[in-house]
Parts: sequence; C-alpha cells; structure tokens
Amino acid sequence: MSDGRLSVFKTYKLYVGGKFPRSESGRVYEVTDPKGKWLANAPQSSRKDARDAVVAARKAFGGWAGATAYNRGQILYRVAEMLEGRREQFAREVADAEGLSKSKAAAVVDAAVDRWVWYAGWTDKIAQIAGGANPVAGPYFNLSTPEPTGVVAVLAPQESSFLGLVSVLAPVIATGNTAVVVASADAPLPALSLGEVLATSDLPGGVVNILSGRTAELALPLASHQDVNAIDLTGAAPDAGLAKELETAAADNLKRVLRPQHVDGEDGAGGTDWTADPGTRRLTAFLETKTVWHPTGALGASGSSY
Amino acid sequence: MASAFEYAPAPESRSVVDIAPSYGLFIDGEFTEAADGKVFKTVSPSTEEVLSEVARAGTQDVDRAVTAARRAFGTWSALPGSERAKYLFRIARIIQERSRELAVLETLDNGKPIRETRDADLPLVAAHFFYYAGWADKLDHAGYGANPRPLGVAGQVIPWNFPLLMLAWKIAPALATGNTVVLKPAETTPLSALFFADVCRQAGLPKGVVNILTGYGDAGQALVEHPGVDKVAFTGSTAVGKAIARQIAGTGKKATLELGGKGANIVFDDAPVDQAVEGIVTGIFFNQGQVCCAGSRLLVQESVHDEVLHSLKRRLSTLRLGDPLDKNTDIGAINSREQLARITSLVETGEAEGAERWTAPCELPSAGYWFAPTLFTGVTQAHTVARDEIFGPVLSVLTFRTPDEAVAKANNSQYGLSAGIWTEKGSRILAVANKLRAGVVWANTFNKFDPTSPFGGYKESGFGREGGRHGLEAYLDV
Repeated sequence: MSDGRLSVFKTYKLYVGGKFPRSESGRVYEVTDPKGKWLANAPQSSRKDARDAVVAARKAFGGWAGATAYNRGQILYRVAEMLEGRREQFAREVADAEGLSKSKAAAVVDAAVDRWVWYAGWTDKIAQIAGGANPVAGPYFNLSTPEPTGVVAVLAPQESSFLGLVSVLAPVIATGNTAVVVASADAPLPALSLGEVLATSDLPGGVVNILSGRTAELALPLASHQDVNAIDLTGAAPDAGLAKELETAAADNLKRVLRPQHVDGEDGAGGTDWTADPGTRRLTAFLETKTVWHPTGALGASGSSY
Repeated sequence: MASAFEYAPAPESRSVVDIAPSYGLFIDGEFTEAADGKVFKTVSPSTEEVLSEVARAGTQDVDRAVTAARRAFGTWSALPGSERAKYLFRIARIIQERSRELAVLETLDNGKPIRETRDADLPLVAAHFFYYAGWADKLDHAGYGANPRPLGVAGQVIPWNFPLLMLAWKIAPALATGNTVVLKPAETTPLSALFFADVCRQAGLPKGVVNILTGYGDAGQALVEHPGVDKVAFTGSTAVGKAIARQIAGTGKKATLELGGKGANIVFDDAPVDQAVEGIVTGIFFNQGQVCCAGSRLLVQESVHDEVLHSLKRRLSTLRLGDPLDKNTDIGAINSREQLARITSLVETGEAEGAERWTAPCELPSAGYWFAPTLFTGVTQAHTVARDEIFGPVLSVLTFRTPDEAVAKANNSQYGLSAGIWTEKGSRILAVANKLRAGVVWANTFNKFDPTSPFGGYKESGFGREGGRHGLEAYLDV
C-alpha cells in the first residue's frame, strides 16, 4: 500500500467437505485484532452449517479410517510442508489475531508446523503403543488394536488461534477420525486459512471441516448430534456452564467427551501452554480398543487341526 | 424331542455354604445396619425361597461409606505397590480356596447353573485378582508415564448377571492402582459381594479400603452423585449409563461405562456347521442370555440358513433346563420376576410384529422364574427383537448374501460391544473383524473372557475398557 497499490482482500470462507462455502445463513461477523482494528468479515456459521459439516465428516470417515497409517502420516507431513511455505502469511495472521509481535507470531507458526510433523510420525506408531497381543490363558491369539472412534467435534481453544488449533486437530485426524472444528470465535482467521493449506495437502475432502462463528451456537447442535461420536470441549474452557451443558447433551448418544479441565492442566482461563510436549493423551482420547480372539488350534493327537 | 438318555439328578451340595439369616452393610471394615434400619429380602430365582435379609443402604449410608473410603485412601495409596499387590494376591488365593462355596452361593442367589459359576465365574474372579495384583508394583511400566497416581474414591455399581465377576472387574484394578472403593451390588444378587467382604477380612485388608453397600438404584444414584467420589464405574443398562453420564457432566469425575449390546454372530457358508451351532448356543444361551455381549443377533448366510437352523433347533432341544445346582443343567433360572416380565414382553412384541417364534420343547419348573430357549426367524432389521437388547435366552435370526451385507447389518445398531465370525477362511475373518464396529470380536468362538484381554464397547455400549493393561487407565489420573 505504501507503493500506492490497493491490496486485494481475501474473502474468508468455511472449509466443509473439501469445498469453501460461505455460511448457508448468509451471515458474517466482524473480526478484529485485540485492539479493535477490523481485519475481515468471517462467516457466522449456523447450526445447519454444523450439520452439513457432520455429513461431510461422516462421508469421509470410512476412507480416512481405512487409509494406511503410512498414507495418513505422509498426508500430515504434507500439511507441514505446505504450511512451511506459507509461514509468513500465517505469522502475519497470527500476529493480527492474537496481538503478538512479529517474532513471537513466527515462533508460534514454527511450533505449529513442527506439531504437524510430530503427529505425522505418530500415525503408524500409536497402534504399537496403544495395542498389542494379550497373553490369555487359553489356545487363542488375542490382539487389541486401537481404532478411530468416528466423527469428532473439536472446539478449538479460544486464545491460541493457531498453535492451539493445530494441537487439538492434528491428533484427532492422525488416528483416522474425521473432524468438525469450531474455530476460536474471536480469532478465526488463521483457522480458516488453514483450510486452504489442508485443501492442497492431499487430505481427502471432509476429513477436516472448519467452521467459524459463535462457539455456543455451533457447539450445542454438535454436542447433541446423534451422528457425532466424540467431542473435545477445549474451546468451552472459559465457560464452565457451557461445558457442562455440552457434556450433558453429549450423553444422549454417549459421546466420548474430552473435558477442558482435564487437558494439559488447563485452568479454564486460556492458560494452557501449547508449546509444551503434547504427549499421547490427545491421540488416545479418541480411540476405541478392539480386541479380536482367534483360536490357535492345537497340533498333534489332541484333536483340532491347524 | 425324546431324550436319548434320562439323567439322574446330580445336585451340588448346598452344605458348603452357610448363609446367615441377615446381613448388614460393610462399611469401614464392619458390618452395620442401614442408618434408617431398612432391609430387603433376596430370593433364589429358581425356587423363590428367601435366602436372606440384607440392609438397604440409603443416602446417609452412602455418605458414611464414602467417608470411610476417603479416610482409607491416604494410607492405602501411600502403601508401596508391592504391599498392595500382596493383599490382592491374598484375595485371589482365598477366593480360589473358597471357590466351591462361592460358586454355590452365586448359583443360589443368581439362578445360573453351577456348571457356569464353578467353571467360568469363579476361575475368572480369582484370575482377575491375580492378574491385577501383579500390576500394583509395576504401574511405572504400564505406559502411562512414571509414577501414575490413583484417582481417589471409586464409586462402583454392578449388575446381577455376573455378580462376583463384575465385582472383581471393578475392585481388582481399583485397588491395584491405589484407589479405595464403595461398591453397590445389584438388589437381586447382594450375597456374593457380602461374602467378598469376609474374604477381605480374612486377607487382612485395611478397613475402609473396600466398602459394600447393598441396596437399590437410589443408593447407586446417591453414590454416583456423591461429591466425595472421584471415579464412577458402572456396568448395566444403556439407559442408566446415559443418566450417569449426565449426572457427572461438569464434574471432575472420571467414568467407565459398560452398557448394553446386541451382538451380531455372523455365520458364513463355509463355516463348520456343528462348531458354529455350538458357538451360537454359547453366544446366546450362556447365562440364560443375560449377558451384555451375548450374540443375540444371528446373521446367517442365506445359502446355509436352513441347514444351520435345523442343527440349531436339534441342539436346543437337547439343552437341559432346571435346577441350577444340578451339575447337568445347561439353562438355569432368569434372575428376577422383573427380568422375566421384560423378556416375555419383548418376545410378545416379536410375535406381534410378525417374526416367527420357535421355542425349545422343555418343561418349566412350577416355582421360580424360567424362560425356555427361544428363537425368532424371518427377522428384519426393523423388528424390535433385532434392535433392542432382550437380555434373555432369545435369539433373532437374520440372513445375508454377501460379506458386505453382513458387515452392514452387524454394524446397524446403536450398540457396539461384541460380534462373532464363523468361517474357515482366515483372510475373511481378518477383513470382517476389521470392519466391525465392536469392542470384542470372537472368530470361530464366542463369549471367551480373560483378565489380560480388554473388554468394552463402541458407540452406545459405553466407554473405557476393563481388563488388561488398558483397564488400568480407568483408575489412574492420566
């Protein structure tokens, strides 16, 4: 602009089913930086958008859960590659969104890239950590294997609009779940831009669906949706009443619930240190354990053949 | 069908068990009356004979028990794991020593055949304590980081179908990890938990570490809601499981819920028919079908439907129903009048909806609660008997043509606890097992259990796993 050129604004859009729709409601809301400067008009998603996102996530689940762990790992790594190439864009967006200095925002983005790399490496290892053979007292080969639980609604953290978002999203999809993400309400722009990265990373459409808008308005239909298998309440941390209401609604079909206060020592006021070692907690939170018994038969005179 | 052989009665002796006329609640190492003095009777479902009168816990008793467990928690959790282990090993050994007595007791109070309590329940109970005993001093190696901490006081509510085994599944991992417990057995089967209190006494377990509250659902609810409870473990119906999930919403309480099921037992056309028929029978008639992971939906490939059904009906006609204490009995009594009414009503619904009923020809005793092995053919996925858990000796038979159809039908359920696959083709077992949304899958077998093997469901069959290394997580602050 200093050279007199008028810049081209970006229309921020949702990311649902691999496409970039506006909210079906036609609503937008003003997004500002922490000092109140206007940044963009973000789509204010409706409950219908949330339901459409669940349909997209369910449709994508079979293929993504059935992909090889190696394949999922390569795609997550590809996300890191794509993000690496767009570090400056994201550093700018994170600085605006969170009111960070340029250097701090750059460090946040670098940590987010590294987080994708960390989870890319987990896809083909988690089964070896969380599963295994069980030495049952009988002639059976007994194997426990972790499997993705299904469609996971993720309320991304309110304060950490990008590193926090990546830290809650990547583990959900690393294990083969598909996700409907509700971005930070006041700082949704980095999340919406992440959709553009995911769309160019070979991630099948519908595996990640990103919605912006008012958290409670979107979280309630997701928590009570009968085709959602689990919900991560991290983004409800600042509002204990909402978190309780969502957990209560989630009981209707016994969703797996990851409570805000149980995660990373979160204090409910956005005090989580998202740069800390994430461990495996968020990977295992949305896994089922399937145990299969196979008769081993017996050799020799005792009877059954092998 | 006329029996080829007549069997002389072969009852197990009742004299190995001495049931007192009345029992109190077991709180802080002492048997005590309920604060309001309420009692209820427990009957033998096979004869309706009153076995004993036990205290009925109320809110005040729940509070006393939780307080005792809280008091005991500090010392118990601070014990070296190796010491907790030795208490649990003692318990396992005492249960083995007293297993005949406990088997007879369980058969009397529950109505299930002595062959099952003697050969399945009791060996598994002892094995469960023995398994988790060994974990108590090895928690650093369980994959949950160094020095994982217990949660505190566990409130545990268990069902009547495997009273002592469910107690073992709850108490063994809780104690191994350093928690203390308040356990409420079901109102129709309170006795084995009270005998377990005596096992704890013999083992010298510190007072307050295990508290047993006999009572009804109101006591269970009070326990779940008590602010001093850090962990809730429940096995029972999905409806109650959902109510518990709502009750603990917004609290810090961790929960494991092991709920209902409508397990699909899938028989492919290449399955060995005789073996599969035995598996179908085990799947749905074990414990009178009062099993959450029962194979209550038989999915049989169309081309072998007639052959399988013929063999199955022939086999069912040879099952012996009657005195649970008789060592030859296959099918015992239904646990309660209420459960019998529930089964009867669902079977009537099945008939009214047009499914074809067949019931094994057998004489039912005049006293007690009985239901003859029954199956429905011509069942579609829309039928109530294909969707709802009956929790009784009732099998719904559906057909399929292709493996994909079998998988789709098997997964078409709100539940996801168990499934069975019968085929001689190894790759088909693995492919189908992979696609089934169920926590436990049995290939060419059914209803096998082991303390090292994690158990629990997908979807509305609950969450969390019991058994194995996985079962520790439910009782650790991780």
